[in-house]
Amino acid sequence: MDVLDIARWQFGITTVYHFLMVPLTIGLGLLVAVMHTLWVRTGRAEWLRMTRFWGRIFLINFVLGVATGLVQEFQFGLAWSEYSRFVGDVFGSILALEALLAFFLESTFLGLWIFGWGRIPKKLHLATIWAAVVGSTISAYFIIAANSWMQHPVGVVVDEATGRPRQVDFLAVLTNNTALAAFSHAIVASLMVAGGLLVGIGLWHLRKRKLAGRSTEDVDHAVWRRSVRLGGYVSLAAFVLVALTGDWQGKLMYQQQPLKMSSAEALCDTEAPASFSLFAFSKLGSNECDDVHSITIPYILSFLAHSDFSSPVPGVNQLQEQYADAYGATYPDDPSFGDKAGEPIDYTPVLAVTYWGFRLMIGMGMVSAAVAAYALWSTRKGRVPTSRIGVYGSLLAVGAPFVGNAAGWVFTEMGRQPFVVVPNPDVPRAEQVYFFTAQAVSPGVTAAEVWTSLISLGVLYAVLAVVEFGLIVRFVRAGITEGDTTPTPGIGGGPGTDDDAPTRPDDDASDDVLQFAY
Amino acid sequence: MDLQTLWFAAVTVLWTGFLLLEGFDFGVAALLPVLSKGDPAQRRADKNLMLRTIGPVWDGNEVWLVTAVGAVFAAFPGWYATWLPAMYLPFVLLLLALIVRAVAFEWRHQRHDAEWDATWTRVITGGSVVAALAVGGALGATTLGLPVGADGTRVGGAFSWVGWPVALGAVAVLAYSLVHGAVFLALKTEGPVRERARAFALRWSPLAALPLLAWAGLVVLRSGGVVSTVLWLVAALAVVGTWTRLKVDREGQAFLGWALVLLASAAAVFGAGYPTVVASTVDPAFDVVIGTASVSDYTLTVMTWVAGVGLPVVLGYQAWTYWVFRKRLTAEPEHAHA
Repeated sequence: MDVLDIARWQFGITTVYHFLMVPLTIGLGLLVAVMHTLWVRTGRAEWLRMTRFWGRIFLINFVLGVATGLVQEFQFGLAWSEYSRFVGDVFGSILALEALLAFFLESTFLGLWIFGWGRIPKKLHLATIWAAVVGSTISAYFIIAANSWMQHPVGVVVDEATGRPRQVDFLAVLTNNTALAAFSHAIVASLMVAGGLLVGIGLWHLRKRKLAGRSTEDVDHAVWRRSVRLGGYVSLAAFVLVALTGDWQGKLMYQQQPLKMSSAEALCDTEAPASFSLFAFSKLGSNECDDVHSITIPYILSFLAHSDFSSPVPGVNQLQEQYADAYGATYPDDPSFGDKAGEPIDYTPVLAVTYWGFRLMIGMGMVSAAVAAYALWSTRKGRVPTSRIGVYGSLLAVGAPFVGNAAGWVFTEMGRQPFVVVPNPDVPRAEQVYFFTAQAVSPGVTAAEVWTSLISLGVLYAVLAVVEFGLIVRFVRAGITEGDTTPTPGIGGGPGTDDDAPTRPDDDASDDVLQFAY
Repeated sequence: MDLQTLWFAAVTVLWTGFLLLEGFDFGVAALLPVLSKGDPAQRRADKNLMLRTIGPVWDGNEVWLVTAVGAVFAAFPGWYATWLPAMYLPFVLLLLALIVRAVAFEWRHQRHDAEWDATWTRVITGGSVVAALAVGGALGATTLGLPVGADGTRVGGAFSWVGWPVALGAVAVLAYSLVHGAVFLALKTEGPVRERARAFALRWSPLAALPLLAWAGLVVLRSGGVVSTVLWLVAALAVVGTWTRLKVDREGQAFLGWALVLLASAAAVFGAGYPTVVASTVDPAFDVVIGTASVSDYTLTVMTWVAGVGLPVVLGYQAWTYWVFRKRLTAEPEHAHA
């Protein structure tokens, strides 16, 4: 493999890995803040225990998200310096503002939340978790705005002196329609991740307690029951929103990156009305669209792309020709294109990845929604499910939205190849900004260096994944620990009491139950 | 002052803020095995005490690094795209160290198991030492010299950055951080750890300042003026001041004095270096300077407005965090970490 391929694998692996933590941080952070709020408002013990139990899982996961996020900020420079030079006028400022406006908020207030139990007044302490959640959400917005600018560059002109994009409208970059759609899609998908976790773990504990003949009247039962109900409702509602925002995003993509969408459907030739592909099979290893054969449903693709049952949807073969006419059939014979200089350009993304990535994303969302519906049904009117298949299936399905999120990003990012910055079709050809992935890589960096970082980060990430998974499993099995169930003085006095007093009367919080980390 | 100069100053402030804040948590982490004494249980209690001083703040401190690197990318992509790939391996080492260190902080107490705890505590120490060396080396190289060619691309292969500037920067940041951590511990703790930390700082502060002063002195000699020379002298005097304050047990004043050592040195380094951001060892004509490395005035203007509003707010709530956790901490025997 050459530097370009290794660097792409590195970016893909580290980013997908990072994005396993991110949706859980965003979704679970929001739900923990809701639990904490409900405890402050009602004073009910189960909300406090839920805040602590889910809060701890949130924190174990949060730190790995932060740690792996560091890599993201550096690797644009390390392996992709030509990309960084090209997009510098827009992209870097979004990252810097993300750090300034979001990361400080998130990390500072999370520190205050962890260590603030018993040290700051109850309502102020509640505000710290909300501030951290707001920080995470702002951070998601900025990074998606940066990514969406690569998918659909707006707010820039081509600088005559450098040939690079020069920013002229910062607000246009922040209100890019691609970013608005992708952000809302990612946030509700994060809630599916968190909802699925509450459902799977909650059901498992409920069943275990029932088989062991434990009480259904005590607080612990209420904790697991409320977790399942909350997670189930959140998952189902989020699934509806995921579908709606996904449809919005899909329609934008048919305008902005038609090749991504047509290859997601393996639609080889323009059709009017166009059929939706349900299932496809192709020659192994072939990336020729005509080798792919699908089972299709008529009219549906026209509807998905254009909201009617007749409009034409362009095929991969026609689009490939259009792009070759507009952006060249071969890469320029220039050293900045490395091994690719003078080679023909394949404007079609890897069909198997886009086609199956798209279906895996949607399928996993459906699995998770079905599990949420099952959980709500099986726990209706105080019931507790004992079905082994149902409960263990739900536990297994905790992974489904994670896989769905990862598949969605792989589809989005690999679907825009061979571009790293995709030309915006709303702009006249002469004013378009675009950049090929082949010219983005750092010119002076050797394959050995990128191999070193890929292998060392890969091994470290694998070890950390095992430890994180082990810690979470161990903690989940133990359930609510003794520390979480000991009511601390000043806590649980009901709503309205002690509002201005610290949650604990003495200032020595060193043995406080949430100060587990130190 | 034009916007490029303003952002050069902003980047200087961010790097200095990072070294100042993360400096003491690097230092505290590195001193864990040095300042804990007695039987195993007592040593563990000492280490817990030391880690509690930085527990609520290390993550916020680290965001200064993220923001500093982000600001370099945002304001001077030409600097970012030259510096990072030229020092590819040291930056990867920095990332690996910061990753293991971060997870070690949070995961250390996730099990009631002394060996598990001890392992992650060692990871915190090791990760902090390596991170301090790597970030110091990277800063030393960009200010003292990197082998970059005409188009900002490194010449000479994967290890061509190796040289005395990297070694000097690495040692300077680690040595500074060690004493900084000790002064911080003397300020934040009570009991034997406080005594040991104070004694450590008293003994080592004059020596620990030398590499930092040497680094600043070299940049001043190469390209400095009157202002940077004065700043260098302030830094040198601050070392003396810190030492005399430590001698009379005034830890708060010593902390301010030692902070001044860094502030003045960093201002001397960047001030003397201005407007160069990467000094080329191949040919001074290949130096990367702010004029060619920077983004457009429009983008700088937008960032100036956002940072002008955002930064004071950030400083406000970070300061509030330190106020909330302002109490001195005392060691306790094993206590319940749920």
